[in-house]
Amino acid sequence: MTILTLIPFVGALVAALAPGPRAARTVGTGFLLAALGFAVFLALGYDRAAGGIQFTEHHEWIPALGVEYFVGADGLSLMLLLLTTLITPFALLAAGPSISRLSVVLILLLETTLIGTFTALNFIHWFVFYELSLVPAFLLIRSSGTKASTVAALRFFIYTLLGGLTMLVGFLAIQLATGTFDLVQLASMGPSLDGILATHFHWPFAGMLVFAGVFFGLAVKVPVVPFHTWLPDAYAEAPSPVTMLLTGLMSKMGLYGFLRLLLPLFPQRMQELATPLLWLALATILFSAFTALAQTDLKRMLAYSSVNHLGYCLLGLFAVAAVPLGAPTARAAAMNGVLLQIFNHGLTASALFCFAGFLENRSGGLRGLRDFGGLRTAAPVFAGLMGIALFSSLGLPGLNGFVGEFLIFSGTFHLVPWAAALAAIGLFVTAVFLLDAIQSLFTGPLPPQWEKFPDLTRGEVALVTPAVLLMFVLGIYPQVLIALFNKP
Amino acid sequence: MRNAERKEDLAGREGRIFPVSGLRLPVFPSNFSMILNATFLSAFAGALLVLVLPERWTRWIALAATLAGLGFAASAFPAFDNSPSAPHFQFVTELPWIPTLGISFHTGADGISLVLLLLTGLIAVTGVLFSWNVVLRPRAFFAFYLVIIGGVYGVFQSFDLFLLFVFYEIVIIPKYFLIAAWGSTNREYGAMKLTMYSAAGSALVLLVLLATYAASGAHSFDLFTLADPSKAAFAPGFQAWAFPVMFVGFAVLAGLWPLHTWAPTGHVAAPTAVSMLLAGVVMKLGSYGALRVAMTLFPLGLAQWRIPIAVLATAGIVLGALVALAQKDLKFTVGYSSIAHMGFVLLGLMTLNLSGLGGAVLQMFSHGIIGGLLFAVVGRMIYDRTHTRDITELGRLSLAKTLPFAAVTFTIASVASMGLPGFSGFIAEFTILKGAWTAFPSLLIPAGLGVVVTVAFTLIALQRTFYPAGEVPASPPPQPPITLPEKLGALLLMASTLVIGVFPSVLLDPILRSFESPLMHGLIQGGPR
Amino acid sequence: MNPLLVALAPQIVLVLTALAVLGLGVSIPRARNAITSAALLGPILSVVALHLFPVHGLFLGGMISLTPLAGIFQLVILGLAVVAMVFAADSFPKTHFAESLALVLFATVGMLLLCATDNLLMIFLALELTSIPLYVLAAFDKASRASAEAGLKYFLVGSVAAAFLLYGISLIFGVTGSTNLHAIASFAGPSDPLLLVGIVLAFGGFAFKVAAVPFHLWAPDVYEGAPTAAAAFIASGSKVAAVFILAKFLFGALGPWAGSMTAAGWAPVLALAAAASMLLGNITALVQSNVKRLLAYSAIAHGGYLLLGLASGEPASLPAVLFYVIIYAITTAGAFGVVLVVEHERGGSRLEDFDGLAKSSPGLALCLLVFLISLAGIPPLAGFFGKFYLFATALENPHLLWLVALAIVLNAISLYYYLIVLKHALVLPSHEDRKAGLHGTRALVAALALLVLALGLFPNFFLTPLTQSFHPAVADEAPVPNQTHP
Repeated sequence: MTILTLIPFVGALVAALAPGPRAARTVGTGFLLAALGFAVFLALGYDRAAGGIQFTEHHEWIPALGVEYFVGADGLSLMLLLLTTLITPFALLAAGPSISRLSVVLILLLETTLIGTFTALNFIHWFVFYELSLVPAFLLIRSSGTKASTVAALRFFIYTLLGGLTMLVGFLAIQLATGTFDLVQLASMGPSLDGILATHFHWPFAGMLVFAGVFFGLAVKVPVVPFHTWLPDAYAEAPSPVTMLLTGLMSKMGLYGFLRLLLPLFPQRMQELATPLLWLALATILFSAFTALAQTDLKRMLAYSSVNHLGYCLLGLFAVAAVPLGAPTARAAAMNGVLLQIFNHGLTASALFCFAGFLENRSGGLRGLRDFGGLRTAAPVFAGLMGIALFSSLGLPGLNGFVGEFLIFSGTFHLVPWAAALAAIGLFVTAVFLLDAIQSLFTGPLPPQWEKFPDLTRGEVALVTPAVLLMFVLGIYPQVLIALFNKP
Repeated sequence: MRNAERKEDLAGREGRIFPVSGLRLPVFPSNFSMILNATFLSAFAGALLVLVLPERWTRWIALAATLAGLGFAASAFPAFDNSPSAPHFQFVTELPWIPTLGISFHTGADGISLVLLLLTGLIAVTGVLFSWNVVLRPRAFFAFYLVIIGGVYGVFQSFDLFLLFVFYEIVIIPKYFLIAAWGSTNREYGAMKLTMYSAAGSALVLLVLLATYAASGAHSFDLFTLADPSKAAFAPGFQAWAFPVMFVGFAVLAGLWPLHTWAPTGHVAAPTAVSMLLAGVVMKLGSYGALRVAMTLFPLGLAQWRIPIAVLATAGIVLGALVALAQKDLKFTVGYSSIAHMGFVLLGLMTLNLSGLGGAVLQMFSHGIIGGLLFAVVGRMIYDRTHTRDITELGRLSLAKTLPFAAVTFTIASVASMGLPGFSGFIAEFTILKGAWTAFPSLLIPAGLGVVVTVAFTLIALQRTFYPAGEVPASPPPQPPITLPEKLGALLLMASTLVIGVFPSVLLDPILRSFESPLMHGLIQGGPR
Repeated sequence: MNPLLVALAPQIVLVLTALAVLGLGVSIPRARNAITSAALLGPILSVVALHLFPVHGLFLGGMISLTPLAGIFQLVILGLAVVAMVFAADSFPKTHFAESLALVLFATVGMLLLCATDNLLMIFLALELTSIPLYVLAAFDKASRASAEAGLKYFLVGSVAAAFLLYGISLIFGVTGSTNLHAIASFAGPSDPLLLVGIVLAFGGFAFKVAAVPFHLWAPDVYEGAPTAAAAFIASGSKVAAVFILAKFLFGALGPWAGSMTAAGWAPVLALAAAASMLLGNITALVQSNVKRLLAYSAIAHGGYLLLGLASGEPASLPAVLFYVIIYAITTAGAFGVVLVVEHERGGSRLEDFDGLAKSSPGLALCLLVFLISLAGIPPLAGFFGKFYLFATALENPHLLWLVALAIVLNAISLYYYLIVLKHALVLPSHEDRKAGLHGTRALVAALALLVLALGLFPNFFLTPLTQSFHPAVADEAPVPNQTHP
C-alpha cells in the first residue's frame, strides 16, 4: 500500500526534476502506468474468500494525538484504487503534449493524495490526504489562468475546506469521546457511538451535531444539492483533463467518505434520517437533471449530468441505510449498484470530459451545444466514440452505465419504492438532455465553419479506445468488478 | 508528596554533556553543561567578531555563528533523554551570579525550551541567508542581528527570572536600530512604535517580577524556588493582579489583541531578516514568557483570568484574519496573519489541558517557521526585486513566470499557513482546537471561523500576487534570478515545516512530557488526558 | 604622625596639588600638558593616600568620620574628578586653563569632605566648598552668554538652597540640641513638628544638588550652558556626593522620623518629590532638541529614582541607592564625554549635530549607545541592574508599589527620548565632515563604556565590597567608642 502511494509521489519528484515538459510527461506517464500495474497486481492478489481489509500496515505516527499510520484496502478501496490509477494516466494523456511540467507534477501529486485517501484507515491519516488533494486540484483548476477559472478554483477550495473543517471538528468530538481515530475500531463500535457521544458531552444532540458536521463535509465534496454551487463553475472552467480528474476521482472521495465514515459509524443516525437524506438525493438527481437540461454549454451540461449520476449513488446508499435489516437481495443489489456506479461514472464522466476537451481544442474554446451541428459527417470517429460514451452515461443496456443504475434502481425499488419512482423521473430527464446533446452536436446541417473540423488523430483514438472498450466490457461482464466486493 | 517529586526532579537535574563521538570532553562540574549556553555564546561571540574582523568576512562570520548556534540547538535533541524516568530539565548549568539578590546563572532545558531553541537556530540561519544582500553597513547590521539571536537563545533556556528578563530585554534595542536603519516603509515610526510597545510590555513584566520577589520572601529569582509553594506562596489577592499584569506584559510581544498594533507596522517596516526574526522568534518570546513565567508562577490568577484572555485570543484569531483579508500590501497581509496565528498560541495556552498547551508550543514552532518563510518571500525575494508590495501591482508582473522559485515557495508557505494537513501548522492548530474543545467549546466556532478566513485571505493573496486572473502582459519585466542563499534558506524552512508536519512526534513528545514536570503541576487541569 | 593629618591626607594632597597647578598656570601658562599632568597627579596621589592610610574612625568629635563606605565613595569621586579633568584638559580655553583644573580640584576636596563627616555644620561647609568652585566652573566659558547665565542661575538657586539647608540645620539643632548625626539619631524627645519642618528644609538644600523637583530649575540651563566638562562634573561627582550625604542624613540621623504613607515624616515628602521628579524629568525630556538639556531632564528623572529608593526607608534600599548613584554618575559622565567630542567636531550639541556619528566615529557611537541604553535601564548594562536592584529593594516597603510602578512605566517611556538621540547618532546620515582630535576624551569614554558593560554583567564585583562596607556603615547608629580620636 505504501509502495502504491509512493509510486506517483516519486514520479512527481522525478518529473519536477525532468529537463523539460516533454520529458516530464513521459516520466509521469511511466510512473502512472506503473501505479496502474501495481494496483491491478494488488487487486489480483486480494483474497476474495477472506474479504475484509487486507494489505494492512500499521505504524505509530503521532501517539500523543492517537494518530497512526494505518493503511489497508478492502474491495471498495481496491476498486477506487483501480479507478484512480486508470483515470489519472487517461487524464494526463488527454491533456496532450502541450501540458506544462508543473501540471504533470501536480497530477502525480493528486494521484498520491487520492491513493492515500482511499487506503487510509485512521481518520487523521485519511484527512491529511483528503485535504492535501485540494492543493494540486486548486492549482490545476486555475492553471489556465482565466479570471473565471481563478474564481472557480478559489470557490472550490474554500467550500471544500470549510466542509473539511466541520468534518474535522466532528471527528475531534468523536476522538474526545472514544479516544481513537482508528476507523476500523470506530466502525466496530458504530451502533453505540451515538450513545457514547451523548454521554461524553452530556448532551443528547451531540451525536446529531457530529453527524451533521461530517455529513456536511462529505456532501460538499460529492456534492449533494444544495451544497453543489461550487461545482459547475469549477468543472466548466477547469481545463478538461483536470475536470476529468475532478469528476472521475475527486467526487469519489466524497462518496468513499460516505461509505467508509458515515455508514459504518452512524448506521442508526442514517436510518433515522433516511427520509430527509433520500429527499436530498432526489433533489440532487432531479435538480441537476433539470438544470442540465437548460444548459447550452457542453461542459456545464456534463457537469450537472455528473452531479445527477452521483445522485443515483447517493440514492442507493441512503436506501440501503434506510432499511438496515431484511431484504438482503435488494440491499446487496443496491449496494453493488452503488459501487459499480462509482466506477462507471468515474470512467464515463472522465471519458466525456475528455471528448469535450477534444472538441474545445478543435473549436478554439467554443463549447456551446448550439455552436455545433452535423459533426457526424465532418468527424465520424469522434462522433461515434463520443456517442458511445454519451449512451453509456445515459444508461443504455450493454454499456457499463446501465448495470450500475439498473442495480441501484432495482434495489431501491424494493427498499424505498417512492424514492425510486421519483428518481426515475430523473432518469427520464437524463435521457432527454443527453439525447439532445447528441442531436445538436452530431446531427443536423453542418455549419460552414466546421466543414474542416478535423477528426480524432490516431493518438487520440488510441487513448480513448481502451476507455470505450472498458465500457463495453463492464456493460457486458460487470462481474469483473462485482467480484471484488462480494465473497464468492 | 509534591515536594518529594520535586526533590527527585532536582536531583535529576544534573548536567549532561553532549557526547561527541569518541571524544572525551573535559569534565565539567556536574552542574555545568555547555551545550545550551554555547548557543547564545556563539551568537554573542559572532556579534563581537563581526565588529572586529574585516568587513568582507562579515556575512560568513554571521553565517558561521548562526550555524554553530543551530548546530548546538539541534544536537541537544538527540542528547536529550526523553525516557519517562529521565529528569524533566536537562543540560542544567547553575552558577552563582549576584548572590546579594539571590540571582544565579541558571540555564537548562525541557522539551519546550528545546523546541524553541531549535526554532531560533533555524530562523537565525535562514535570516542570515536572506540578508546576504545587505550592503549598507553590514557589520552593524549583523552585529545587531546576532545580539537579538543571542538574547532569544538566552530567554529560552533561562530558569532564573532575572537572567531571563535580561535576555528578554537585550532583544529590544537592536530591533529598533535594525528597523530604523535598514527598514523600508515608514521605518522610523514602525521601529519606535514596536520598541515602545515592547518596552511597555517589559515594564509590566518587570513590575510584577519585582513585586513577586518582594512578596515571595524567598530571596530568590529562581523559577524552581518561586514556583514551589512550599518555598514561595503567593496570596490569591496578589496573584489576581500580578498574573494579568505580567501576562499582558509578555503577551504584548505575542501580539495579543488589542495590543497587537505594533506587529503589522513593525513587520512591514522591518528589513526581511528582522521581519523573519520578529514573526519567527520574537513573538514567541512573549508567548514563552507568558507560559514559562506568568502561568507557572500564578496558577490562581490564571484560573481567574483565563476566560477573558481566551476571548481576547480568539478575537485576535478572527479579527487578525479579517483585517488581513482587507489588506492591499502583501506584507501587511502576512503581518496580520501572524496575529491570527499567534492568537491560536494564546488560545492554546489558556485551555490548560495537555492538548491545548502542547499544541500552543507546537504552534509557536510552526508559525515561527511558516511566518519566517512568508516574510522571506515577501521581503527578500519579491520586494527587494520589485520594490513594491502592492498586491495588484505585483499581480501585473507575472511573478510566477519571472520568479518561479518565489512562486513555489510562497505557495508552499501559504498552504502551510492555511493549516493544511501535511504541514506543521495543521497538527499544531488541530491540537489546539482539540484542547479548546474541552476547555472552551463556545470559542470553537469563532476560532473555526478564523481558520476559514485565514484560508480565504491566504489564498486570495497568493492568487492575486502570483497567479492573477485575466490579461497577463506578454513580456513581463525580467527580475534578477533568485540567488543561492535565498534558495538554501527557503529550502531549509520548507523542509522544516514538512518534516514536522509529517513527523510531529519529534517535537510533540518532548513538549508534552515537559508539562508533566512538577513545575507545571499547577497548570494542567484535571491531569493529563 | 598626627592621626588627623593622616585621616585628611587625601584632601591635603588635593589642596597642595591645586595650589601647585595654580602656580604652574602663572609660571608656564602655555604648557597645557604639563599643567594637566600635574593636576591629574592630585587625584592619583590622593587615591594612593587613601590606600596607604586606610584610617577608619571619628575625628574632631565626629566632624570627620571615616568609614569603609566613605572610602569607597571618596574613591569614586576622585575617579570622577579625573574624568572631569581629562574632559576639561581637552576642551577648556587656553586662558585660565590652570585655574579651571584647580577649581575642579577644589570642588573635589569639598566632595571628599562631604563624604567624610557626621556633623551637619561640616556638611554645610563641605557643600559650600563643593558648590562655589562649581559655580565658577559653570560660568567659565567667558565667550558664551549661556555659560554666564548658567553660572549665575546655578549660583542664585544654589544660594537659596544653601539658605534652606542652613535654616533646616538650625531648626534641627534647635529641637535636638546637636548637629552631630548620631546625637540627633539618639534624640529621644517628643516628636516636634518643628523638627519635621527643619528636616524638610534641609532636604530642600540637598534636593538642589540632586536636582529633584522642585529644586531642579537650574539643571537644564546649567547642563546646557556650562562648559561640557564642568557640566559633566556637576552631573556626576557633585551628585554622588550629594546623594551619599543625603542618604547618611536621612538614614543615619533621621530614621525615627521617616514616617510612612499614612504617617507624617520625611518618607512621604521624598516619595512625592520622587514622583514629581520622575514625571517632570521624563515627560519634559521627550520634547528636547538639545542633548545636554535632554541629559539634564534625564538627570532630574534619575534624581527621582534615587529619591524613590530613599523614600522606601528600608535599610536594604540604602546600598541599592548608593550603588545606583555611582552607576549613574559613571554613565552620565561618559555620555557627557561623547557630547564633548561631538561639540568639538560639530560645534554644538543639538540632536542634528549627532547625525551620522556612527559613520564618522563608529566607536564613539557605540559608546553613546552603551551610555544611553544604560541610562534607559536596558540589560546587560549597569543601569539596568542598578534600577532593578533599586526597585527590588524599594518594594520591600509594600506601600511603595504605586511609586515603583510609576517609575517602571516612566522608565519605559524614557527609552523613547534616548532612542531619539541614538536614532540621530546611529541611523540618520550626515554629509558634514568631522574633525578628529580629543583622543584623551575618546579613550576615557571607551573605558567608561567598558566599565558600564562590565558592571552590568558582573555587578557583584562592585556590589560585594559595597555591601560589605556597610557593617560599620552610615546606617549603623553606634560608632565604636575606642576608635575615637581627639
